Amino acid sequence: MFLILKKEVFAPDTFLWEVAAPEIADAAEAGQFAMVRLKEGGERIPLTIADFDRERGTVTLVVKVVGRSTEEMATYSAGERFLDFIGPLGAPTQVKGKNHIVLVGGGLGVAPLYPILRSFKELGSGTTTILGFRTRNQIFWEERFRLLSNQLLVMTEDGSYGRHGTTIDALRFILSGEVPVDEVMTVGPIGMMQAVAEVTRPLKIPTFASMNSIMVDGIGMCGSCRITVEGKVLFACVDGPDMDAHKVDFEELKVRQNRFKKEEIASLKKYRGECALKKEGRIF
Amino acid sequence: MERRSKTILRQKVAMPEAPALERRNGFQEVSLGYTPELAKVEADRCLLCKKPLCVPGCPVAIDIPGFIRQLSDGNLPAAYEILKRSNPLPAVCGRVCPQETQCEVKCVMGRKGEPVAIGRLERFVGDWGVAHGAAEEVEARLTGKKVAIVGSGPAGIACAQDLARAGVAVTIYEALHEVGGVLVYGIPPFRLPRKIVNQEIEGLKRLGVRIERNKVIGKIFTIEQLLHTKGFDAVFIGTGAGLPKFMGIPGEHLNGVMSANEFLTRVNLMHGYEKADTPIGMGDSVIVIGAGNTALDAARTALRMGAKEVTIVYRRTEKESPARLEELRHATEEGIQFCWLTQPVRLHGDVNGSVVAMECLRMELGEPDLSGRRSPRPVTGSEFRIQADTVIYALGTVANPIIARSTPCLKVNQQGYLEIDPQTQMTSIPGVFAGGDIVTGSATVILALGAGRRAAQGILQYLGLSREEERGEGHGLTMPAVSRAG
Ligand SMILES: Cc1cc2nc3c(=O)[nH]c(=O)nc-3n(C[C@H](O)[C@H](O)[C@H](O)COP(=O)(O)OP(=O)(O)OC[C@H]3O[C@@H](n4cnc5c(N)ncnc54)[C@H](O)[C@@H]3O)c2cc1C
Ligand SMILES: Cc1cc2nc3c(=O)[nH]c(=O)nc-3n(C[C@H](O)[C@H](O)[C@H](O)COP(=O)(O)OP(=O)(O)OC[C@H]3O[C@@H](n4cnc5c(N)ncnc54)[C@H](O)[C@@H]3O)c2cc1C
Ligand code: SF4
Ligand code: SF4
Ligand code: FES
Repeated sequence: MFLILKKEVFAPDTFLWEVAAPEIADAAEAGQFAMVRLKEGGERIPLTIADFDRERGTVTLVVKVVGRSTEEMATYSAGERFLDFIGPLGAPTQVKGKNHIVLVGGGLGVAPLYPILRSFKELGSGTTTILGFRTRNQIFWEERFRLLSNQLLVMTEDGSYGRHGTTIDALRFILSGEVPVDEVMTVGPIGMMQAVAEVTRPLKIPTFASMNSIMVDGIGMCGSCRITVEGKVLFACVDGPDMDAHKVDFEELKVRQNRFKKEEIASLKKYRGECALKKEGRIF
Repeated sequence: MERRSKTILRQKVAMPEAPALERRNGFQEVSLGYTPELAKVEADRCLLCKKPLCVPGCPVAIDIPGFIRQLSDGNLPAAYEILKRSNPLPAVCGRVCPQETQCEVKCVMGRKGEPVAIGRLERFVGDWGVAHGAAEEVEARLTGKKVAIVGSGPAGIACAQDLARAGVAVTIYEALHEVGGVLVYGIPPFRLPRKIVNQEIEGLKRLGVRIERNKVIGKIFTIEQLLHTKGFDAVFIGTGAGLPKFMGIPGEHLNGVMSANEFLTRVNLMHGYEKADTPIGMGDSVIVIGAGNTALDAARTALRMGAKEVTIVYRRTEKESPARLEELRHATEEGIQFCWLTQPVRLHGDVNGSVVAMECLRMELGEPDLSGRRSPRPVTGSEFRIQADTVIYALGTVANPIIARSTPCLKVNQQGYLEIDPQTQMTSIPGVFAGGDIVTGSATVILALGAGRRAAQGILQYLGLSREEERGEGHGLTMPAVSRAG
């Protein structure tokens, strides 16, 4: 069992867990992920390692509630324990010393950029960070990013905070500026990562995106997470999650993300039904 | 000893089975096993040959007449003892071993009738052992040596058992949350009940073996760390085969197309058969491509998960199908359709990106080639479509890259499988041994068990612990070295 040391709620649908997991913290590198299994019969939920602290032996996850399992995760509080925690998984982000790198994070994708930013900083790279949120109350970790970024742009789609616009607007702005950019790294919704790739493609700036295709085992056995990269089948859990964004077939990925829509909706309904019955004391 | 009445039964004693229409709706075991009476009748068919032909057919050289004699005499503990001496998992192998092409095909009784049902007898005795908790509790003198085993499939289990018996402190690291490898995530419970695997694992724990689940070696610890910081004297790698193969035909990315590994993992490992949280993604009409064990398991599982139609598509004929005869018979009884000599060429999808049909070509067998094999070739203009909302690929696997990528000095062959010394199972790194599917590619449970045992001997030798006097006593040392299996 793994102990949740801290829980922080960022927005109604977004929360952070800090988990005691010294062995995972020790081995983790920026860009890797872990899997949470809450209880017997539970799913293996892949989640990016949003931060790790080797000294304190902790791993941080930032989670957005999108369905049954993440909704159930949200019911856990600090001090509670969950069943299985598997990680680190996937290949670390290739962090090489660069003159200047641009990091583009959208929504939840902001969290996993943090250890990547820190690694680039440690190697002395210049960094521009672009963080995009829908609206003001979704923003988190602005200060953490500001401390490590040479330049930080916070964007909101409704203009309620920072600059009005999308991360893509900000990226275009940065790329049209003076500073030559060696590499772009992006984590966020598929549509956003695809748009980032389209902006950098004509400029031939190497661009990497973190793939969140649907996983089961996460250790390269089942093939659920396969994606097509330059016509070749690759597996996000062992060959990724980072992939060359100019080569990924994003259209296909979008379709494959909806593979289980019907079952996911049914499962959420059933779960909510059971929760309601439990509240009413009709099942235990 | 002269034995046997004058009339020897020509045929095997049939094993009771659950009726096809009943069993296809659930995950209870299909073959029900012999009763003690049936086992006795079958055991009495064995001639107890002085020079048994069956034994060399068994990859771990079980003393087959030895255990059958004890079974005939009603001495089950002794029969079990003999089995366990060579085979760490008799109740498992009695169920899943391809007996008909190994021990049984060689049995003299097969010349005039059916061979002795060695597998069924092994299962009977194995089940007796499991039910009676007869797994030994050896008081091995501890040697002070520590060995790490990576992977808890048959290869890892076999290696762990022999090392623990020899007084080595063993820790198994398993990547998944359940222990047993393919025995729990691949082979479905209607062929191998979970209870059997779990009880064998309990036996291992009684021997003092520690098992750490959810630890992916190469990620949380590297092989090098196991040896140099974690203080293990040797490491055994039994990580099994890996990533599923696809064909590269158009439409494979469509929703509803998945590998048998994925489907079986969702149902078995994630307990989809008990309606756990992980979705299955299966529709009403299922096509399975391939005709090996994995394909049949996927097809029969699909049926049990409620598919209305399940069709197996294979480019060769039934004769070339690598699946066991018994499995083919069971599948047919349960209502699975077979399209032999059929080659998929393209998958068609709908506007939502979900598969709706598979386009195929009919094949015919050509003239025999130099090896005498008639290979299939397409019949021109024979395109036809099969309607399907789920397509499952069972075309085998390629090597899992995690260990090799994280262990720079480890030699692998062109396919990515680990290179070993076939006598000791040692890899290119001193003190690091390997066996099972990660060495041979997908093979069988019994070959993995054999490899695990050979590696245990190799490790004991490497650690200076192998005892001369045990040599040749059927403790695995007489076992033939097996390299790549097909
Ligand atoms: C490498 C990786 C890193 C991720 N990192 C994070 C993270 O840091 N924070 C976060 O909130 N989410 C992350 N996700 C996504 C997260 O795993 C899914 O949101 C979660 O599994 C949804 O489960 P659910 O039951 O709540 O929702 P469901 O209703 O089951 O699914 C909602 C949607 O989530 C996606 N999804 C569902 N199951 C899976 C699965 N097994 N694997 C991947 N995606 C799935 C699908 O697109 C689905 O339509 C990551 C996914 C991957 C693969
Ligand atoms: C569906 C199916 C049906 C089959 N049916 C039969 C049959 O009827 N008869 C038969 O004889 N054979 C059958 N086989 C083949 C047989 O199961 C395998 O040959 C055998 O299990 C191989 O054993 P193994 O120990 O090498 O590997 P596996 O059983 O694959 O076990 C390997 C274990 O290592 C773990 N692992 C992998 N990587 C790591 C890592 N980095 N760190 C820690 N742990 C790791 C895996 O999670 C797994 O638990 C079947 C296979 C399948 C897939
Ligand atoms: S282990 Fe397999 S091959 Fe050996 S005797 Fe048993 S069934 Fe036959
Ligand atoms: S060859 Fe057949 S009859 Fe002879 S010992 Fe083996 S099983 Fe018995
Ligand atoms: S999640 Fe199974 S292979 Fe990647």
